[in-house]
Amino acid sequence: MFGLDKKDTTLLIVVTALVVLAPFILNPFPADSALAQFNAGYPDLMQRFVIFGIFAIGFNLLFGLTGYLSFGHAAFLGVGSYAAVWMFKLLSYNVVPAIVLAVIVAGLFSVLIGYVSLRRSGIYFSILTLAFAQMSYNLAYSVLTPITNGETGLQVYSNDPQILKGDGPDVTHLFGLEMGSAYTLDIGPWSFVFSAGYYFCAIFMLVAFYLAIRIFRSPFGLMLRAVKSNQQRMAYTGLNTRPYTLAAFVISGMYAGLAGGLMAAMDPLAGAERMQWTASGEVVLMTILGGAGTLIGPVLGAGFIKYFENIFSKINDSVLHQWFSFMPDGMEDFMVFIVHPFIGKGWHLTLGILFMLVVIFLPGGLVEGGQRIAAWLRGRGKKPAGGSGDPEHHPKPAPHVAE
Amino acid sequence: MGILEVKNVSKNFGGLKALSDVNLSVRENTVHAIIGPNGAGKSTLLNCLVGKLIPDTGSVMFDGQSVLGRHPYEINQMGISRVFQTPEIFGDLTVLENMMIPILAKRDGTFELNALTSIGSQKDVIERAEHMLEEMSMADKRHFHSGSLSRGDKRRLEIAMCLSQEPRLLLLDEPTAGMARADTNNTIDLLKQIKEERDITIAIIEHDMHVVFSLAERITVLAQGTPLVEDTPENIKGHPKVREAYLGESA
Repeated sequence: MFGLDKKDTTLLIVVTALVVLAPFILNPFPADSALAQFNAGYPDLMQRFVIFGIFAIGFNLLFGLTGYLSFGHAAFLGVGSYAAVWMFKLLSYNVVPAIVLAVIVAGLFSVLIGYVSLRRSGIYFSILTLAFAQMSYNLAYSVLTPITNGETGLQVYSNDPQILKGDGPDVTHLFGLEMGSAYTLDIGPWSFVFSAGYYFCAIFMLVAFYLAIRIFRSPFGLMLRAVKSNQQRMAYTGLNTRPYTLAAFVISGMYAGLAGGLMAAMDPLAGAERMQWTASGEVVLMTILGGAGTLIGPVLGAGFIKYFENIFSKINDSVLHQWFSFMPDGMEDFMVFIVHPFIGKGWHLTLGILFMLVVIFLPGGLVEGGQRIAAWLRGRGKKPAGGSGDPEHHPKPAPHVAE
Repeated sequence: MGILEVKNVSKNFGGLKALSDVNLSVRENTVHAIIGPNGAGKSTLLNCLVGKLIPDTGSVMFDGQSVLGRHPYEINQMGISRVFQTPEIFGDLTVLENMMIPILAKRDGTFELNALTSIGSQKDVIERAEHMLEEMSMADKRHFHSGSLSRGDKRRLEIAMCLSQEPRLLLLDEPTAGMARADTNNTIDLLKQIKEERDITIAIIEHDMHVVFSLAERITVLAQGTPLVEDTPENIKGHPKVREAYLGESA
C-alpha cells in the first residue's frame, strides 16, 4: 500500500492509529484522580509530541542514514519559526503560507550551512554546524533585531500590516478553523480533549513519517547508508558523495523548518532561544534515545523526552509527600529527600540516567529494547533476533557517528 | 596505442622522488603486472591513475582521454574500477545491497535523487546483482552482513562489485596481500576466470611472484620510481636488472 511493503505499511498504520487516538491513549487516568498528573493528553503537550517527532524524524534522515552528526539543527527550526511569524505579521494569521515559507526558508538556509559544513566529516562537521547554529542564535539575539525582535522575540502586533487579514480571526487558523479550538469529550470521570491544532500537526507528522519511510527504502536512502559505511568505496564506485550528503542535509533542514513553522502556527511567537545549542542537543538525544537509523525510534525518543520534560518537571515536593504519606513521618521525609533531586527541576537528572542506561545497555535505543522484548516473547530468548538464521555472523551494531 | 598510456609522469613528496619519468603502456585485453620492491612507487603510480593523486608532470590517458584533474568518481565513470589492498566494501550493508550500489551508480550516474522510488521496484538492478552474485558463487550469502564475511569473500565481493560496472580497466592493488595460501589460489583462479570470460584489461600491482607469474602477460618492473624493464614474464624471470633490484647487487 502507498508503495510500501507489508511490514512498513503495518508500521505506518500502527503509528497512524496511535496518533489519531492519542487523546485517549495519553489520558488513561480520570481527570480528578491522584494520577491525573501523569496524563499527557492535553493539546499543548500533544502538539509538542508530534512537532518534535517531525524534528527528530528529519534529524534522523541525516544522522541515522549518513552518520553525519549535526549539532546545529535547532537553527533551522528557529529560522522556520521566524519565517512563519513574519508571514503572520505581513499576510494574515492563516497558517498555510507561514508553513510553506518556513520550509522554504529553512531549506535555503540549510543549503548554505550544509554546503560549507559538509566539506568536513566526523567531529569537524559537528563543530562546524554547532558554530553556525550558535552564530545564528547570537545574531538573532543582537545584530538582527530588526528581523528577529531580539530578546523580546518576534510576535504579531496590532499595527502589523497583515494585508490579507480582512475580518479573519485574531488567532492562527487554517482558512477559518482556529488552531486553538478544541472539543472536550467527557466520559464518566474521564475527559478527552480533541484539539484542531494537534490534528493539524499530526497530519504533517504522518506525512513526514511516510516520506521518511519512502526515503529509507529508496535507492537514494541506500546511497546515504553507503555514505555512512564507506565513502572511499563510494567514490571509487563512481558516486559523488557530496550531493548525496547535501541533499540529506537539506531535506532534514526542511523537516526542522516544518517543525519550527508548526510551532509558530500553534503559538505565533518565535524567540532566539529556539536556536540555542541545548535545543540542537535535545534532538540528538531524542534520536539516539529512540534509536538512530530506525524509522520509529526518533518519534519514540521525542515523545519520551517531551513527556519527561513536561510531566516529571511538574512533580513537586508536596506531590511526593502525598505519595509517601502512608509511611511513618521520618520515613516519609527521608523518601521525599531521596526522590527530590530526580523530579521537578531535577528531571534532567532522571533523563540523564535513563539516557546513559539506554546508550550502555541498548545501543540501538528504545527500538532495540522493543525488539529484544519481542524476540524474548517469541522465542523465550532461544532464537537470535536477526533474520539471517546464521549464528556465526552477528553484525556488530553500527557506530553512531561516521568516521 | 594501449588503453592506458602513462607518459613522463613524475611525483615528488617534499624531497622524496616517488615517481620520476614513468612511462607505461597497458594494452587492451591483457593482464599487465607492475612489480617492484618496497618503496618503488607502485602505489603512488596507482593513485595517480585513479585520481587520488595528481602527478607533478606528465600525462595519463585512458582510452584517449586525460584522467588528470578528475575526481575518482569521474574516473570510475570513464570505465576504470579499482580493487583495494584491504577490501573496501560497505561493511554495514548486506552483500546484496553492496552489489546493487555499483549497478545503480552505473545506471544513474554520479548522483540521482530518486528518494521516492522503492528499491524493491528496481527489478533490473536486483536481477543483475543476484546474477552477479551467482556468477561469483556468493548467492547463498546475499543476505549476510558484508562486514562479517571472511577476508577472501570480502575480496570476492569487492571484485564482483567492480566487475558489475563492466569496467574496461580493472586495477588491482596487491589483491592477495595478507591472504592465506588457499585464499590466494582462489583469487588467482577467480582472476583467471575473469580474464577468460570478459573483454577486460587488468592492471595488477603485486608483491607475490607466484600470483604475478600465474596471471600476467606483460610485466613492468618498477624500482626507485622508474620503470626498469617491461617484458613478458618469461623474459622478466631471468632478467639481471630485476634480480639486482630485488636482491641487491651481490646477488
